[in-house]
Amino acid sequence: MAEFNVNLRGVGAVSVIDVKGYLDAHTAPELENVFNRLLDQKQYQVVVNFDDLKYISSAGLGVFMAYVETMRENEGDIKFSNMKENVYNIFDLLGFPILYEFFKEENEAIKKFCDSSKF
Amino acid sequence: MNALNKIFEQQIVVKSSTDNLAEIRDFTKSAAQQCCFDEDSTGKIILAVDEACTNIIKHAYKFTPDGEINISIKFSDGKLSIFITDEGTHFDPTTVPEPDLREYYKQKRVGGLGMFLMKRLMDEVKYGTIAGNKNQVVLIKYLSK
Repeated sequence: MAEFNVNLRGVGAVSVIDVKGYLDAHTAPELENVFNRLLDQKQYQVVVNFDDLKYISSAGLGVFMAYVETMRENEGDIKFSNMKENVYNIFDLLGFPILYEFFKEENEAIKKFCDSSKF
Repeated sequence: MNALNKIFEQQIVVKSSTDNLAEIRDFTKSAAQQCCFDEDSTGKIILAVDEACTNIIKHAYKFTPDGEINISIKFSDGKLSIFITDEGTHFDPTTVPEPDLREYYKQKRVGGLGMFLMKRLMDEVKYGTIAGNKNQVVLIKYLSK
């Protein structure tokens, strides 16, 4: 059984999702549940912290693709932070850096939301 | 002994449930390591096999968990060949276009990424039919590349 944990916390107006372990076709529905909860709560500014994520397959990448436009239509976004090189390489192979913002540290991603909401 | 001269063969049969993806990855990792692939290549091989099996579970067996997936890994002359066989619905890979992420974004589409990833991660990917009605995908990776 693949080990995967997802945790949701609020940092000011931004929702931070911590993902941990192995994100594959078996565990991706757990992440979808969190995004559905955010939509129910009308929380559209999201940072996903990948610090403890060891593995991702296209099923995991598909979750972000399924939700990102709804977030952007509501003046939010999904931004990524703290990604390990092996995980980033998969995002890169599929061309994600064209459409998504990646940050080294979580607070940089949160700050980007704060900066853009000032204007 | 030179790693290229090594001969290796192992097989696993699992049911078509996403529950088994972790076991499939562990099996693949062990095989790739025994065949002397480095960490980077081993990671690519694991993901390619995961993607192939996920596609089988999703499309060939349509999430019914009682189908069988047979994974056979062979290594000789520096060539790793992974044969993944199922008895689900036949799949025609030529009908799946290469994904364009910008188009996907506009259309809120997901899926179709697995096949593209497999091609990028492995040296060769082949689809075929064996024994009349079984689907087989063959993933190939060369040790020297």
